Amino acid sequence: MTGAARDVVAPALEVVGLSHSYGARKALDDVSFSVAPGSFTVLLGLNGAGKSTLFSLVTRLFAARRGRISIFGFDVAREPREALRRLGVVFQARTLDLDLSVMQNLVYHAALHGIGPAEAQRRGAAALQRVAMSDRASDKARDLSGGQMRRVEIARALVHGPRLLLLDEATVGLDIRARADILAHVRALARNEGLGVLWTTHLIDEAQTGDDVVILHEGRILVSGAIADVVARAGASDIGGAFAALAGVRAEGAA
Amino acid sequence: MSDVTLPPDAPPRGFAARQYAVCLYGIVWREALRFVHQRERFVSALVRPLVWLFIFAAGFRQVLGISIIPPYETYVLYEVYITPGLMAMIQLFNGMQSSLSMVYDREMGNMRTLLISPLPRWFVLASKLVAGAAVSVLQVYAYLAIAWFWEIEPPTLRGYLTVLPALILVGLMLGALGMLLSSLIRQLENFAGVMNFVIFPMFFASSALYPLWRVQESSPYLYWICQANPFTHAVELIRFSFYEKFDPLSFSVVLGCTVVFLGGAILAYDPSRGMLTRKAQ
Repeated sequence: MTGAARDVVAPALEVVGLSHSYGARKALDDVSFSVAPGSFTVLLGLNGAGKSTLFSLVTRLFAARRGRISIFGFDVAREPREALRRLGVVFQARTLDLDLSVMQNLVYHAALHGIGPAEAQRRGAAALQRVAMSDRASDKARDLSGGQMRRVEIARALVHGPRLLLLDEATVGLDIRARADILAHVRALARNEGLGVLWTTHLIDEAQTGDDVVILHEGRILVSGAIADVVARAGASDIGGAFAALAGVRAEGAA
Repeated sequence: MSDVTLPPDAPPRGFAARQYAVCLYGIVWREALRFVHQRERFVSALVRPLVWLFIFAAGFRQVLGISIIPPYETYVLYEVYITPGLMAMIQLFNGMQSSLSMVYDREMGNMRTLLISPLPRWFVLASKLVAGAAVSVLQVYAYLAIAWFWEIEPPTLRGYLTVLPALILVGLMLGALGMLLSSLIRQLENFAGVMNFVIFPMFFASSALYPLWRVQESSPYLYWICQANPFTHAVELIRFSFYEKFDPLSFSVVLGCTVVFLGGAILAYDPSRGMLTRKAQ
């Protein structure tokens, strides 16, 4: 099967039987789920649920002890180059170089993907337009607000043309308006451009009807699927109730 | 779908040589930009060896007599003797500082953005190393430019050129050592720790400040330690090259150490070896 054919049929992200432990402590236990192209999937879990470990494994900071992760059919461990070039990432920590301009940050990131400066400028301009940040291209990253930095980080994650976007607690530290703004931008990317999006959060109100949801609790997947199905299966009235019923604890942001 | 998707002209597999070059260029370019923006870092890198040169060396020139040892063919002033040691010290600090910034970066996320590059990890790490070495070479030449006014210079102008390959190699070796340490040592956030356990022992147990025959007179054991210290060979490689001479022993040791340190760092950053896994706890 060629790469192109695989891209069409394979899920954007597929995690199968993933387990990982730090010494004796098990961080992930037989985790399996997938993200379809064009879907906005919320990975919901409290702090310590294993989200960071999962994130590190998908971005290949280190390799899983057991299980398999593939991005559009490319195994992260066996074909990291093809897998990673299809992946865009927004980390929880601020990762812009504050001394560099917005465009310089984008050009640097493009270079890490083997994209030359002229092409990077063109793609960078298009990506900034997509997150409504075109007018700040030559400003220093230091001069941006928290929400603007996040938008630039999303633009940066899009520069190399990935088809799967991973965001780790992307709204941490943002005010309510900036949060809604970022969520709307990313939902539009999934809806309009067919990107698979995995949105990691501990805030339950960031999941909306129409999203897919994966609930991770103490290293295990409790449930995954379309939000309406998950709520119905749990016999709850909303996703907050479903989370409380399944995990036995209430999540932050639950109504 | 729009142009968000992979462009149809992208090669389905692997990367072209040009893309490797773009990546290397991008990493060096960013390091250069950071270097330009962080003036305090540059100034402190320059002030440190100058303090040694003007205060320490001036005080010690009366105490320490230097006999004629290769590559010198006449008696030399103490300032002249310690200059190669100070050049190497600039590179030692630069290598350790960049390793510190890698630990800091990894936590802050800049290292994470580097490590999600789809290009092979060994190549990305080696590029980072080249960028750091380039900055350290610039710092050394800035120091030499100032030292020139105090008549600390090679016998002929060619010395400035012949020392360049030595500086590049030493910059790579010390950068690779820093990279290896950054992956192995968990508590490297504290630069005082690096000073005490890496920089001071390496610097003082070397031929940077005193010729080793003097050390041998006072302690054969310390002499042995100095001989085994890669930094001694870094200093000697620079010392000989500055005088347009080639020292095969120090060259071999520095080259060998560079290969070992870089190999170790690449292994340590390999996702499947789990060095980072243990750190991530």
